[in-house]
Amino acid sequence: MKRFILKRLLVSIPVLIGITLIIFFLLNVVPGDPVALMMKEHISVDVVARVRAQMHLDDPAIVRYFRFLGNALRGDLGESYKLNRPVTSLILHAFPNTFVLAIWAALFAWIVGIPAGILSAVKKYSLPDNLFMGFSLLGVSMPVFWSALLFQWCFAVKLGWLPVAGFSGWQYVIMPAIVLGWSSAGTIARLTRSSLLEVMRNDYIRTARAKGLHELPVIFKHALKNALLPVVTVMAIQVAGLLAGAVITESVFGIPGVGRIAVNAIQARDMPLLQGAVLFETVLVILGNLVADILYAFLDPRIKVS
Amino acid sequence: MKELNEKDTNMETGKTPLLEEEDIVAPPSSFWKDLMTAYRRNHLASLGAVIVVALFLMAVFAPWISHYDPYMIDLDVMTEAPSKLHWLGTDQFGRDLLTRILYGTRISLVIGIVPTLLSMTVGTALGLIGGYYGGKVDMVIMRLCDIMLAFPSILLAMVVMYTLGATLLNIFIALAIVGWAGTARVVRSQVLSLKEKEFVEAARAVGVRNRMIMVRHILPNCLPALIVLFTLGIPGAILSEATLSFLGVGAQPPTPSWGLIITSGKEFLFSAPWIAISPGLFILVTVLAFNFMGDGLRDALDPYMKQ
Repeated sequence: MKRFILKRLLVSIPVLIGITLIIFFLLNVVPGDPVALMMKEHISVDVVARVRAQMHLDDPAIVRYFRFLGNALRGDLGESYKLNRPVTSLILHAFPNTFVLAIWAALFAWIVGIPAGILSAVKKYSLPDNLFMGFSLLGVSMPVFWSALLFQWCFAVKLGWLPVAGFSGWQYVIMPAIVLGWSSAGTIARLTRSSLLEVMRNDYIRTARAKGLHELPVIFKHALKNALLPVVTVMAIQVAGLLAGAVITESVFGIPGVGRIAVNAIQARDMPLLQGAVLFETVLVILGNLVADILYAFLDPRIKVS
Repeated sequence: MKELNEKDTNMETGKTPLLEEEDIVAPPSSFWKDLMTAYRRNHLASLGAVIVVALFLMAVFAPWISHYDPYMIDLDVMTEAPSKLHWLGTDQFGRDLLTRILYGTRISLVIGIVPTLLSMTVGTALGLIGGYYGGKVDMVIMRLCDIMLAFPSILLAMVVMYTLGATLLNIFIALAIVGWAGTARVVRSQVLSLKEKEFVEAARAVGVRNRMIMVRHILPNCLPALIVLFTLGIPGAILSEATLSFLGVGAQPPTPSWGLIITSGKEFLFSAPWIAISPGLFILVTVLAFNFMGDGLRDALDPYMKQ
């Protein structure tokens, strides 16, 4: 087990280096002088030169990259051009909001997705099955920002049950969590369904039935344990995906999270902030995949062998 | 069995056989014929194809379907509810929404198809090379794929658009950069199994050059997988464009992009909800139609992909 985890960790290192390289070079070849962007008024040439020197902007790109990497490893992601505050503190300040939203979205996805998947598998091709699978298809076919607007229009504008936007109380989480978790719920439902259907074909299920067990204990005691294995792995990947995927949900519902920082940074052309936010979210996703792999190996000993 | 015996006896006795040879042998079938027969059996897939054809017709004949100008501002009819004159209502500048959505079909279809083709061309080439040659080349390409696939795709697309600037053309590039790795992986795995086949060995034995083997012998056999990837890639690209436009790094006003129309309707959710709602329905139907088509093609092509 230890060797597996260690090997898996080592494999992530080149990927991590690769993403820092891509993010850094994509964002640092942007035309336009960042100093000119920072200073609103007309400034003299030597002030610009001094600030450029202070920010080490005249160094070769490769030197700047290694400086960026070294600083990032020490938790320093630079300073925002527009807000004049350290990027790390801005991100860490916003992250709890993203985290809360993602956790609620994930909970919604599991609480709805797993029972829906079980019911769909047990009553294959029934009305609930078709309904659930239809909803799951809708979840992946709608642009997230559009379903968010539909929810706002329906539950906030028309019915007045929930606040339109903001993030200052439990009732503010409901709509964004559902919007964000919808497609994940669909994925989980489809996966639970297909996985359970496959497990139900096994001999030990036939044995359980043959010894006279009712259908419910067969499903819940015998089948589900094995059927949920792949589902649990996907759940771990999804939490990371939800953290990074909250970009759009956060913008529509005005939630001050990391995703909205990234979107605002684009609009303000605030490069270090964008760079930090994108790096942060991508590393989260990689960590999520890592956890999922380890979790899977932990739950299913067959994996370690191969 | 009985019939065959009967026929044998007939032939032995020298009488004319009951069945001519060509009646027994199945009519020669082609790849495309098989595909069509299997595809037509799937009702959802057929519905998807009908909708896609309708969308293409809408895109081509937009000026004939609506006599309004998608860009003409008419301040007399700002944010009017759907009516006989304006079937889907008007937006905040008095432009006819149906017309804008019709013209938006052109953008969405082009955005769906061009970047997907681009990313698939790059992905196929790299997957072919990596899978065929193996070794260090393969390793480098696959590690690059790992890195690209580690990015949350919308974030990477956002960063590319930030760097290149928000124009429609740059969306092609951004989506192609984001999308090639998935294709490369699929093609590579296909090549790995194909290159062990006898026909590749035969080609090599008679001295066909590597490049020829890849293009003439292996690539055509990847076609079924590529057709499915292409069809299922289109809805993804359409959704990405809408999202990028919504975030302000995609199409710019006054382009009648579906995503952009929804964005502009965001501020009028209270007074004129139809601005945001109707283009979303078109996106939804388009994405569903392509997904149905892709799923149908995958099922129909299944025997070809299990090599």
